[in-house]
Amino acid sequence: MNRLLLVLLVMSIFFGCAEKKKADNGKSEIVENEMVVKDGDEQNDIPFPIYDFDGFEPLLHNNDGKTYVINFWATWCKPCIEEMPHFERINSEYGEKNVEVVLVSLDMPNMWKSRLEPYVEKNKIQSQVVILDDPKQNDWIPKVSEEWGGGIPATLIYNKEKRTFYERGFTYEELNNELKTFIN
Amino acid sequence: MKKIRILGWSALLLIFVASFAVGFKVAAEHNLNDGYEIGDLADDFSLKNVDGNMVSLSDYGSAKGFLVIFTCNTCPYAQAYEDRIIALDAKYKPQGVPVIAINPNDPSVKSGDSFAKMKERADKKGFTFPYLLDEGQKVYPQYGATRTPHVFLLEKTTIGNVVRYIGTIDDNYQDASQVEEPFVENAVNAMLAGNEINPKTTKAIGCGIK
Repeated sequence: MNRLLLVLLVMSIFFGCAEKKKADNGKSEIVENEMVVKDGDEQNDIPFPIYDFDGFEPLLHNNDGKTYVINFWATWCKPCIEEMPHFERINSEYGEKNVEVVLVSLDMPNMWKSRLEPYVEKNKIQSQVVILDDPKQNDWIPKVSEEWGGGIPATLIYNKEKRTFYERGFTYEELNNELKTFIN
Repeated sequence: MKKIRILGWSALLLIFVASFAVGFKVAAEHNLNDGYEIGDLADDFSLKNVDGNMVSLSDYGSAKGFLVIFTCNTCPYAQAYEDRIIALDAKYKPQGVPVIAINPNDPSVKSGDSFAKMKERADKKGFTFPYLLDEGQKVYPQYGATRTPHVFLLEKTTIGNVVRYIGTIDDNYQDASQVEEPFVENAVNAMLAGNEINPKTTKAIGCGIK
């Protein structure tokens, strides 16, 4: 009897929580992205490529047989920093298996030198780091994924066959399991 | 014996029905947690301001609407927008649409967003609007705020405060002078003129609420 009660209760709670989250119906306007004008010095001594969205977008549409794990993060985002070791581990474990991890920093320009570069050096980050610097976020966020509300950490995994966007953080096991669904 | 069996079965049925009721209750609460959409009625709240007083939307008898902005001390985006939030209040409070700022973060997780630190920040920046702490974090999930800063424009109507715009302040967090589309200003202007707001929702990167 107790067990039945438990089963029913668990069922009902599961039923309640399984509600699908309402999609953010953010409207995207198709506006030409403009080159972000940046201070020359600021750009020169930063050891990572700096893209506006037009420059960055091809990275979301590679068609070369590899599986790409594109992680959006920033040094000021605590849950992003917490999951960083998992992406690094995936990068080292799957490096030979046609998987490429790209860490897309959304740090602000005044943090590139003071926070981003020291973080990457101190933690000996091996995955590819790029900077996405384009303030027209309402235009480009939906181009990454219509599902994206703008929160980070956020991750896009894609290859020729499959493409999934996650607005959430990962444990290593979760990330590994998701990635396995892409490489069979 | 038969009686006992019937009793047993009815108890089982009762538990079955009750467990579904629990399920539906959780579902209903979960729906609320998804937050408001355009056109929804926003609930009022009573939250503590940095001056120690409790603030509710109903305190503003003559207001035409509200700019409810979820923001905080610590988020770099929130900081980048502080002066623009002050400017919005300066521009729209006289027109009947005051800013009501709410810090949705849990100070026990984010010590920089404690009530004492909120006071400090409000004093230092000279906030001209209430800066409220969402104590117990009940209000932000109701609104569906997910990041800071996150703006909800409400219009006061005879049936309540209707959500008219949800999103970001403008299209350039880095540089106020390079803004091409001041989304919130356009929305308030359209609302006050009785025109259609376009866009009604926008997206931006922000700090997750902790």
